[in-house]
Amino acid sequence: MSRIVGIDLGTTNSLIAYMDKGTPRVIPSPDGKTLVPSIVGMTDNGLIVGDPAKAHLTRDPSRTIYSVKRFMGKGLADVKDELKYFPYSLHEKNGVIRIEIGDKTYTPPQVSAMILKELKRRAEEFLKEDISKAVITVPAYFNDSQRQATKDAGMIAGLEVLRIINEPTAASLAYGLQKKTQGLIAIYDLGGGTFDVSILKLKDGIFEVFATNGDAHLGGDDFDQRLVDLLVKDIAETHGLQVQDHSDLMQVVRLESERAKVRLSDETATTVVVELPHGKYEKTLTREALESLVMELVERTLAPCRSALKDAGLRADQIDEVVLVGGSTRMPLVRTKVAGLFGRQPHSELNPDEVVALGAAVQADILGGHNKEILLLDVTPLSMGIETMGGVMSALIRRNTTIPTSSKEMFTTYADGQTSVDIHILQGERELVKDNRSLARFQLKMPPLPAGVPRVEVTFLIDANGILHVTARDIRTSEAQSVQVKPSHGLTDDEVEGMIRESFQFAEEDIKARQVIEARTEANAIIAATEKALARASDLISDKENTEIQRVIQQLGETQKVDDHRAIRAGIAEVEKVTHHLAEVLMDATLKEALESKKVSEFVK
Amino acid sequence: MDHHHHHETLAGTRELPMARSMCWHCQSEVTGEYLCGQCVKVQPLSKGLDYFACFKLPRLLNIDEQELERIYYDLSRTFHPDFYSTKDDSEKAISLGNSAFLNSAYRTLKDPIQRVEYLIRLEAGAVKDIRSNPPADLFEEILELQEDLESFRSLSSPEDSIERSELREKLQCAREHLEDRQAKMETALWEKSHEWDQVQTANSDPDEARDQKNVVLRSMQEILSNRTYICNMVKELLETTG
Repeated sequence: MSRIVGIDLGTTNSLIAYMDKGTPRVIPSPDGKTLVPSIVGMTDNGLIVGDPAKAHLTRDPSRTIYSVKRFMGKGLADVKDELKYFPYSLHEKNGVIRIEIGDKTYTPPQVSAMILKELKRRAEEFLKEDISKAVITVPAYFNDSQRQATKDAGMIAGLEVLRIINEPTAASLAYGLQKKTQGLIAIYDLGGGTFDVSILKLKDGIFEVFATNGDAHLGGDDFDQRLVDLLVKDIAETHGLQVQDHSDLMQVVRLESERAKVRLSDETATTVVVELPHGKYEKTLTREALESLVMELVERTLAPCRSALKDAGLRADQIDEVVLVGGSTRMPLVRTKVAGLFGRQPHSELNPDEVVALGAAVQADILGGHNKEILLLDVTPLSMGIETMGGVMSALIRRNTTIPTSSKEMFTTYADGQTSVDIHILQGERELVKDNRSLARFQLKMPPLPAGVPRVEVTFLIDANGILHVTARDIRTSEAQSVQVKPSHGLTDDEVEGMIRESFQFAEEDIKARQVIEARTEANAIIAATEKALARASDLISDKENTEIQRVIQQLGETQKVDDHRAIRAGIAEVEKVTHHLAEVLMDATLKEALESKKVSEFVK
Repeated sequence: MDHHHHHETLAGTRELPMARSMCWHCQSEVTGEYLCGQCVKVQPLSKGLDYFACFKLPRLLNIDEQELERIYYDLSRTFHPDFYSTKDDSEKAISLGNSAFLNSAYRTLKDPIQRVEYLIRLEAGAVKDIRSNPPADLFEEILELQEDLESFRSLSSPEDSIERSELREKLQCAREHLEDRQAKMETALWEKSHEWDQVQTANSDPDEARDQKNVVLRSMQEILSNRTYICNMVKELLETTG
């Protein structure tokens, strides 16, 4: 059994983790960073993902995609209120959002797949083995379409997604494993774009979720947006500049807002500085000011907490521990509000950015058959049902039902000789079809018989991923009927297959972009190191040599700006050649110094 | 799916729900266990299996919840798909089906009201034709409340505010009364539950016991259907008057 990794595919940041002898660990990049910004940039040389793409965001905003998780499993109408905030254009085809970049269009699962591939590559380099299987986390409040879209993203990235697991429950696995907790716990998970709350019971290795609730559209991004709105208005008043007309500047303001928000979790006041085309904009923000801006948003998380408690049949004071997950829970205001609701101080010892990925690794370990002690019993967050007469939804599986679960329903005909019945599957808590989420439609074939005689039994099964499967059987003949379910906001199997093929074609372009980035990083590192060495050793080498070294590093500084990895590599080789003597001189000097200071024993070691 | 038909013929013998059958994989005999003794493959639960039998519990209404949970956790460890993700597709499918059934069984048996409803459905036959109209006094009370609710909804302009708040108070009072009534019905239901368990465990003549059981089932069914009216009314009152 090959290794299974755990992936937290976040709105703002993503992480990948693995199990190292019974302990979950996040895989860092070579420079020690564990978070990969969930940002994808399309350059002339192909794709860039993560930190380089974040830098690309202010240079080329219309070709840089961020917060793509907000579009997963959605149609255009679902996101119309926030379209104005995004620098790229969107349209919809077959119920699925398409993101337009230049003359190409991408679906959200394709963009997510690019992030997944970057994580996969990071893990493969670190673990020195091929990675093909993964557990991926989603917000607990994600509906069927959003879960399916996440699974599609995994497939497009060349990963077999063995399980889609809810973020708060993943966090509880990591928390429970580390703390050896027993009892009732509440997980409050406020991430970049989504909010979840889950109430669980931990007993003898069983993690039983009682209830979950949330808001799939509320997170740190929305806090940033409040700050952005304030700054844009203020810049217009003080500098007469309409920031919204400059998409690059808009991204600068957005990133500065995010940074200011983060700083205000530790400081009570901070200054935002934005370089405008005609001068500098400076604004001092206090924590109080930020809190009054986002107060309404933070308070909006409390109603789902109360609903989850109610569904679990518990009072807030019965909860033994409250655990905070997600970067946004670093805000003191969030902590105060949560403590107020549950009447106790929440736990925040675990790194709120990493705990979800760690939990995914624990679940991967369970699925791999290496951990028989722990078992997670999760629930479906939303009621699932079908459309009945008069546009009313009839619920078949209630929210907070433990999964896997199934429900059987018998269907017949209204007219003599009727040969099919249309079935519309919905998800949501409202009475009317139009207020709920349309998941899918399918046509049930009926034998041509008098009205009411045919009897076809349909089984609606929600698997352990929270994803719906539909099967049908003719009761009279006992024959199974194949059901072609057409998702309302999802890709068809054919589309996913096409995208998998396409992603192999893209791979070549991506390699090129990656080579440029790696060469550039190396070039900058060698320039910095050489400058440092020159500063120390300029008196040890000749002026001529000094000038020559200055010349080649300056040249490399120019070359690395061009998107040509071969030229950059050649520049690096040139610098290495010219500085060979300098390196030797420095080495001798160091050796001499070491010997003189008589730390021979240490040196030899 | 031959094994299913095999089980169906045995479904009548309720006392032996996991009766002898063949392992779907190695064809060796499996006797009432969930895993084959030969090849250790998970076996599909038989189609005639009821929720009580799934938990290996007698068909009684007073269940120790701790014990129920313990069995549920045990069986979850046997069936949950998490433990079959490295197995072949047949085993995965069986684990998924068994797990879904187990979860439904636990959800039903854990809730005392659903437990009674389920028992009545299981024992159906004898108690099928129970009238579904509430008794006259309850019926009248509900009609009257519906009228009051209607007028409450129509009073929306500000000048009606006094009348509205008076009506609200009246409706809230009625709701408390109904909730009280619901609690009394539930007490009566628990008494009947004990009665059922006594009949079920007594070693009396089967025909005589059947008659006694039917009497208890009927009265439980009646309490349940009246309770449904009250619950719906309370829900509507809560939604309208807050």
